[in-house]
Amino acid sequence: MTSSNNYLLDIQGMTKSFPGVLANDGVDLQIKPGEVHALLGENGAGKSTLVKMIYGILKPDHGTIRIKGTPVTIDDPAKARELGIAMVFQHFSLFESLNVVENIALGIHADSDLKSLAKEVVELSERYGLPLDPNRHVYTLSVGERQRIEILRCLLQKPQLLVMDEPTSVLTPQEVQKLFMTLNRLAEEGLSILYISHKLDEIKALCHRATILRMGKKVATVTVSEQSTTSLANMMMGEAFTESSKTRNRQIGEVRLRVNDLNTQATDATGISLKDINIEVRAGEIVGIAGVAGNGQDELLKALNGEESNTDASSVLIEDRQAGKLGPNDRRRAGLASVPEKRLGHGAIPDMDLIDNAFMTGYQRMGLLIRGIINYRKTRSFAQQVINDYGVKTSSSTVSAESLSGGNLQKFIIGRELTQQPDILVVSQPTWGVDAGATQTIRQALRDLAEQGAAVLIISQDLDELMDITDRIGAICGGRVSSFYPTESVTIDQVGLLMAGVDLEAGAEHAS
Amino acid sequence: MLPSLVKRQQPSTLMVYLSPVIALILSMVAGVILFLIMKVSPFGGLHAFFIEPLSTKYGIAELGVKATPLVLIGVALSLGFKAGVWNIGAEGQLTIGGLCGGAMALYFYEQQGFHIIPLILATGIVSGMAYASIVAFLRVKFNANEILTSLMLSYVAVLFLNLMVHGPLKDPDGFNFPESRMFSDSALLPILLEGTRLHIGALLALTVVAIGWIVMSKTLLGYQIKAAGSAPAASEHAGFRRSKVIWITLLIGGGIAGLAGAIEVSGPIGQLQPSISPGYGFTAIIVAYVGRLHPVGAMLAGILLALTYLGGETAQIQLNLPVAVTGVFQALLLFFLLACDVLIHYRIQFTEQAVRVENT
Repeated sequence: MTSSNNYLLDIQGMTKSFPGVLANDGVDLQIKPGEVHALLGENGAGKSTLVKMIYGILKPDHGTIRIKGTPVTIDDPAKARELGIAMVFQHFSLFESLNVVENIALGIHADSDLKSLAKEVVELSERYGLPLDPNRHVYTLSVGERQRIEILRCLLQKPQLLVMDEPTSVLTPQEVQKLFMTLNRLAEEGLSILYISHKLDEIKALCHRATILRMGKKVATVTVSEQSTTSLANMMMGEAFTESSKTRNRQIGEVRLRVNDLNTQATDATGISLKDINIEVRAGEIVGIAGVAGNGQDELLKALNGEESNTDASSVLIEDRQAGKLGPNDRRRAGLASVPEKRLGHGAIPDMDLIDNAFMTGYQRMGLLIRGIINYRKTRSFAQQVINDYGVKTSSSTVSAESLSGGNLQKFIIGRELTQQPDILVVSQPTWGVDAGATQTIRQALRDLAEQGAAVLIISQDLDELMDITDRIGAICGGRVSSFYPTESVTIDQVGLLMAGVDLEAGAEHAS
Repeated sequence: MLPSLVKRQQPSTLMVYLSPVIALILSMVAGVILFLIMKVSPFGGLHAFFIEPLSTKYGIAELGVKATPLVLIGVALSLGFKAGVWNIGAEGQLTIGGLCGGAMALYFYEQQGFHIIPLILATGIVSGMAYASIVAFLRVKFNANEILTSLMLSYVAVLFLNLMVHGPLKDPDGFNFPESRMFSDSALLPILLEGTRLHIGALLALTVVAIGWIVMSKTLLGYQIKAAGSAPAASEHAGFRRSKVIWITLLIGGGIAGLAGAIEVSGPIGQLQPSISPGYGFTAIIVAYVGRLHPVGAMLAGILLALTYLGGETAQIQLNLPVAVTGVFQALLLFFLLACDVLIHYRIQFTEQAVRVENT
């Protein structure tokens, strides 16, 4: 600790336990002034816990925090802000019906009146390339613009350390570029940034040093420029990370799922209406729909699996059969299975055991029901088969779904659907929050399913995943689905444009 | 040493069953304190409340008489509560079932035959269902909160019964008392135990417990009910319609409450009166919860709550305690049960200080 005075933030031996989990186990972290420091780790590695302790939301069991060499106790976020720590959360806390300045004023307890604050906002936003009209109402702004409000709100407090929790998960690639330019500028002016992410290419592009966490422990602190993406991935996952095979030797057959001019009305104020959606998925084909969260993915999945049935029977065709008016059970019988994004509470019933959860969507195709009576012997063996075939780590099939880790539960849910051998699978966010091992298993299972001749439609916010496993790709934006393009023929940037709702053909003409 | 609540990793199965027992013990302790305040010997009070009623054959039979409606409705409400459908208007459905069943009994006043009792009971079921269907319709069609509608309809039902016994159904030879005629023998439920009031309704209650158990543990319907209650979105994903579950659970609740009403009027009461239930429909809510929303649990809890009715009567007679003592005991039991249920998801931890931050 000889050089601890050189660090803006110096954390030693942070430990935090929750019932049954040691979320942080003696973690050290040092951040220099003017440094963009990455906190890297998989979901569940303990990144959020560490950051919450730095920002005073959680109290550590053990450990010391020093700021510029002085030991401090951070009791609450107000204290953290006092010490010059500001944080941009993954989820924003903005009032939709207020305008930009009003929102900022609410967040910072400023004495200054709205007019001079608005001037200050404009100055700051121009200086750091965060264009924002202070008088616009928040509900009219895009997610990227809303994030700018949060960043500006932090900057107005003139912090020494800016903590950003997975800031790019809601942005298009183009918005990410702009954000990185801003962050670089801020770092040049001496602001330290703690950047939390599990996306390696972002960290390569932006960060100077990185601290890697795995299962609550610090693995290493490294200089990013001396590392390759693969070496970072290996440290993060703790196992040799193999790039998945990209061989595509599937036979593309007839159209199995066809969506014709599908329109839906949003059921509540925060919902998204789907507009004129056209999709075609052929046998043996994996089609991907990219998109930033909250652009109608959930609504699209429900419209396809029948949870929100339509008045127009011809809007959804399963094997040329009109299915628009059918409910989930009839569509399942017709061969369409689905896996929703939210696992607990939508894909599975949290407090029921795995046997009951296997029954949930499997009872028709697996014949688990005899005249209204559940055949528990058969259901039990079905659940056990899923557990064995898909490597679900659990002590038995009688544990509740909520006691499984995210990755294991996802393997169980996907296994439950695939064991029923559907002709069409619609899956949303198949590997969200899932560890690397399970991700490999799940992607391989999806490939195998397509190889057997099923049509697979993947709705995902993970662009790398879609570029990796899909044959054709499109994007959803504001409830509209773009045209689809062969995945080899488009770049990530082009998909980024699709995600922002830009028509590629029109865009090309415009550019030329 | 400050006690603090710490969330359990998994809900405790032990506490699910232990909680009602602890709650019962705590309500007895609270009862002792109450008796002391009212200057009644606590031992004598508890004896009058919990032992005395069970000391005779007649007393035990009475326990069965009181437990019958509680168990019936308790089982039916368990299904609804499991599904997250909060029908708290069983009292009203019971009243309508009793009124219509009683009207059927009076219609056959001059006749005899074995068809009369089944007709009375069937009328009770159908009318109770019809009354509950108002609640279901308002809920499904207009998303009207079933707690409010079912509760308000309870008062409507009781007032309607009053209107009927003061008017059209009044005994013509009854000196203008607001009561109907006594039912003929063919309209009265057969007695199981000579010299007591225990009637075949008790057997019907046991049958309903058995059916309820099978439905909940073995059938698709039971599965749908459980799924709808614990994860509505997953239930929709599985293809179960929410509106269907609302309709079915409310119809079951209404039907069985109506049956209980018909059993009451053609069993222990034997005529229509302005009041045909000492709040069985409301007490059954406590029965369902003390019984852990399980049909067999509801049976045991129904017997326990029946004892509070009997004990309350004995306490009135022997110790000159007010009639409210029954309600106080029931409320104490529910109060402590809800408090103890916290321990299913949390455990108590004694630590010097929950959080320690080291400063060097």
